[in-house]
Amino acid sequence: MTLLWIAVAVVLLGVYLSWTAGRLDRLHARMDAARAALDAQLLRRASVAQELATSGVLDPAASMVLYQSAHAARQAEDEQREVAESELSQALRAVFAEPDAVTAVHEAPGGPETIGELGQAVRRVPMARRFHNDAVRAARVVRRHRVVRWFRLAGHAPFPLAFEMDDEPPAALAADASR
Amino acid sequence: MRIGIVCPYSWDVPGGVQFHIRDLAEHLIRRGHEVSVLAPADDDTPLPDYVVSAGRAVPVPYNGSVARLNFGFLSAARVRRWLHDGRFDVIHIHEPASPSLGLLSCWAAQGPIVATFHTSNPRSRAMIAAYPILQPALEKISARIAVSEYARRTLVEHLGGDAVVIPNGVDVDFFARAEPRPEWRGTDEAPTIGFIGRIDEPRKGLPVVMRALPGILAKRPGTRLLVAGRGDEEEAVEALPAALRGQVEFLGMVSDEDKARLLRSVDLYLAPNTGGESFGIILVEAMSAGAPVLASDLDAFRQVLDGGAAGELFPVEDAEALADAALRLLADPDRRAALSTTGSRHVRRFDWSCVGAEILSVYEMVTDGAGSVATDERTGLRARLGLARD
Repeated sequence: MTLLWIAVAVVLLGVYLSWTAGRLDRLHARMDAARAALDAQLLRRASVAQELATSGVLDPAASMVLYQSAHAARQAEDEQREVAESELSQALRAVFAEPDAVTAVHEAPGGPETIGELGQAVRRVPMARRFHNDAVRAARVVRRHRVVRWFRLAGHAPFPLAFEMDDEPPAALAADASR
Repeated sequence: MRIGIVCPYSWDVPGGVQFHIRDLAEHLIRRGHEVSVLAPADDDTPLPDYVVSAGRAVPVPYNGSVARLNFGFLSAARVRRWLHDGRFDVIHIHEPASPSLGLLSCWAAQGPIVATFHTSNPRSRAMIAAYPILQPALEKISARIAVSEYARRTLVEHLGGDAVVIPNGVDVDFFARAEPRPEWRGTDEAPTIGFIGRIDEPRKGLPVVMRALPGILAKRPGTRLLVAGRGDEEEAVEALPAALRGQVEFLGMVSDEDKARLLRSVDLYLAPNTGGESFGIILVEAMSAGAPVLASDLDAFRQVLDGGAAGELFPVEDAEALADAALRLLADPDRRAALSTTGSRHVRRFDWSCVGAEILSVYEMVTDGAGSVATDERTGLRARLGLARD
């Protein structure tokens, strides 16, 4: 009789572990998808910024600042990525600090499309980052669970890290997009 | 894109969430997307062709009031069938934390899930007790949307994690183009003040107006208060001296067209709510119609009114302050015109063309590279033990 109970307990534990592993797997998949989406948005933003910097619409000083930071953001290694992307945000804010810059780009041929793309990119980056960090937080909660640690359910997957950066969009561009 | 939207509350009962979902669905359909809405409804209510009934909602006491909710095996089975038949690219669940269709769909689905949190409910005991069950369902949501910064804050405090803020949408031009009705328009001697909301719901704030009204009428005896909304009219004016009761006109429940025309006609719109608001769509509608707004200083209202730039604020439940502010505004046509202009410009960001695009960009972000939504098949015991054959 005792043996039977032990067997039942073992089976229940097995089912629970398998369910938790499934849950963790789903969370990792969600996190990977969110990371890919964030990567895509960051790259899109850097590309539009770089296009704009090389277009000759902006004054030479602004072009150089923007080109430098967009280039650095695209080339950054994983460890420097957050800093480089934050610097791109700061450069964009500095370049578009005055609404005149937006008007100047608007008037250039193909300008409205570029402003539209850049406006979309600077608004989507913070969204993608929130979705990503939300996924990271959810995964961390489960990863810290005793059962997950004792039975090593996470395998060799690295501990999930949030992506921290300054993603405040330039006010002139954010307002332009909502019009 | 194939989009499935889950509405937690009965389709046949009017409410903010239901209207939001109706407008969102119609906006998305106009933009060429395929949309299906799953909503609780009696089987014999006529539904628009994009709505699928999830069965009748059952009234049960929940969280201090009687809520109409869907739960149980029958509803869960309907959710599964809808998910299976719809083959959606993304599903958008509204109010996923309330024990109704939203939670059921969250539980039954896998794949790209977007969720919108509308209310800022205080954390309930049921939620704390159900947390271990709730969490595995809620953690499937890939993107959370809160309707205001205030709603986002409560969400972060109660459930952890984060959300992006996308406000509720309004068809601004519908209100901006409405024809004013002469009998609702005021003159300098007899201005009109508008109020829209449930009369018998104290949180909508009509009692505060009733306390302020004698003060307003003492200075401007001709002022008329136009009240649109459901409730007991006798009871509402009880606090008012009998001689003044004639200055309050009850219009009862009004249609959307009349609501827009009322907002276009009045000299001042009052929103004296005392709490329980997470967004304040009525303020957006009033601003769309160009009505100068005087609202209580709730977090949600302050945010919609751009910190007080697009409308005036008075301390919550302070009838005296309300009377003072209303008199000041009624005496100052220039200030009212300025508020109306600022409001009309500010309100563009709440138009469906903006809000719809934001919501779509969230859909795009979660569907990029992801498979479509499927039912989350509960793995059988045999499969878990590795005995099942593929």
